[in-house]
Amino acid sequence: MAKVAMTVNGKSVSREVEGRTLLVQFLRDDLRLTGTHVGCDTSQCGACVVHVNGEAVKACTMFALEAEGAEVTTIEAMANEDGSLNVVQQAFQDYHGLQCGFCTPGMVMSATSLLKDNPKPTEQEIRDYLEGNICRCTGYHNIIKAIMAASGQDMPSMAAE
Amino acid sequence: MYAFDIERPTSIADAVAALAKEDAQALAGGQTLIPTLKQRLAMPSVLVSLSGIAEIRGVCKDDAGLLCIGGGTTHGTVAKEAVAHYPGLAELAAHIGDPAVRNRGTIGGSLANNDPSACYPAAALASGATILTNTREIAADDYFQGMFTTALEEGEIVTEVKFPIPQSSCYMKFEQPASRFALVGVFVAKFADGVKVAVTGASNNGVFRWSEAEAALSSDFSASALEGMSLSADDMIADMHGTAAYRAHLVAVMTRRAVSAAK
Ligand SMILES: Cc1cc2nc3c(=O)[nH]c(=O)nc-3n(C[C@H](O)[C@H](O)[C@H](O)COP(=O)(O)OP(=O)(O)OC[C@H]3O[C@@H](n4cnc5c(N)ncnc54)[C@H](O)[C@@H]3O)c2cc1C
Ligand code: FES
Ligand code: FES
Repeated sequence: MAKVAMTVNGKSVSREVEGRTLLVQFLRDDLRLTGTHVGCDTSQCGACVVHVNGEAVKACTMFALEAEGAEVTTIEAMANEDGSLNVVQQAFQDYHGLQCGFCTPGMVMSATSLLKDNPKPTEQEIRDYLEGNICRCTGYHNIIKAIMAASGQDMPSMAAE
Repeated sequence: MYAFDIERPTSIADAVAALAKEDAQALAGGQTLIPTLKQRLAMPSVLVSLSGIAEIRGVCKDDAGLLCIGGGTTHGTVAKEAVAHYPGLAELAAHIGDPAVRNRGTIGGSLANNDPSACYPAAALASGATILTNTREIAADDYFQGMFTTALEEGEIVTEVKFPIPQSSCYMKFEQPASRFALVGVFVAKFADGVKVAVTGASNNGVFRWSEAEAALSSDFSASALEGMSLSADDMIADMHGTAAYRAHLVAVMTRRAVSAAK
């Protein structure tokens, strides 16, 4: 066991962890922040995406000890201060960008990273950026629409509709 | 995963010392190693994390005009910072995996692993890059020694990669849609003194140079110079995604496309 200290959603936390403890296990099992999901555990699906020092990473493919000293942000910190949904979350609700909701935490975290670097992405740029986020329910169109809307853009008319 | 400890040295020297321990292994972005550990295909006692070593990160151009990339530099950083110097390489980095993978995975990890379908080995070979380690410099032509095999010795660390910058270049990747690795990827680099063509994803012997295409393109840099030229399907990878003959065919198609799109 070794000690790890980091800032999670603005709060300093510190725990004893094993070398093999993944960041996602640390968040879910030690901190009980279960909004970050594990869909595959093989780095494919993106349900576990969180921000580490402002960058999207798959928390199932990073060790907790590697986040020593880092600022980690999870879906739990995405709502507005008054508890209402933020722009991206609200757009997912408004445009039916989720059905079962399992992929949604990762989708919101990835979408937020995208909009930080590229505030007005094109439809294609959104699709490319979400390459590592898999959704089994929506067929993606509504997720793309939600992100378009969250970035203040008109919705594209999409193929296959 | 089996249990192991993690050490986080902050200098190359300390990392080399830590790697001298029995069953110690380097950990870079973990984008290959962590899935391997989860499958219990590796059993290190200590992982020596390279992520705390500032001296092996970064992108710059040296006095000789070479693009120097620290071994611990992420794909995401290369995509952003190499674009002004070597757009073909930046473009390759920008299409490895997905954004989250690119924020962790490193050039050193990719070159050390030498996956037969990885992207960077093609760029290193076609650019005539030099791989620098904590002990020596290795020319790309000597570095890649077959699938998952390189010239690296036990405990040796890739600290930097130096790329000569071509006049024009392009990497064309035919993606395996589930893994996003290259089913076949071809990197074409045109230098003043000739053209190099490196192929990944295709051969059972790992990344290789297609010398026949290089010769033709060196005298006429156009897709038509490759007309009628084909590779033998012997030694090509055959799996559920494609036969050996299909891969051999794809190599020629991807090479022509790369030549047409090179800039
Ligand atoms: C979903 C997904 C998609 C991907 N798609 C692609 C793709 O399209 N193309 C592609 O090329 N790759 C792809 N990858 C692989 C990715 O690029 C990895 O990041 C890379 O191959 C390994 O780099 P790493 O820094 O993560 O190394 P690690 O996983 O940490 O290490 C890999 C190996 O290299 C050794 N090592 C690491 N760094 C060094 C060093 N500096 N010196 C010596 N040895 C070292 C380690 O000991 C280990 O054996 C993908 C990965 C995932 C998870
Ligand atoms: S759980 Fe991390 S990528 Fe699927
Ligand atoms: S909403 Fe069910 S997996 Fe995406």
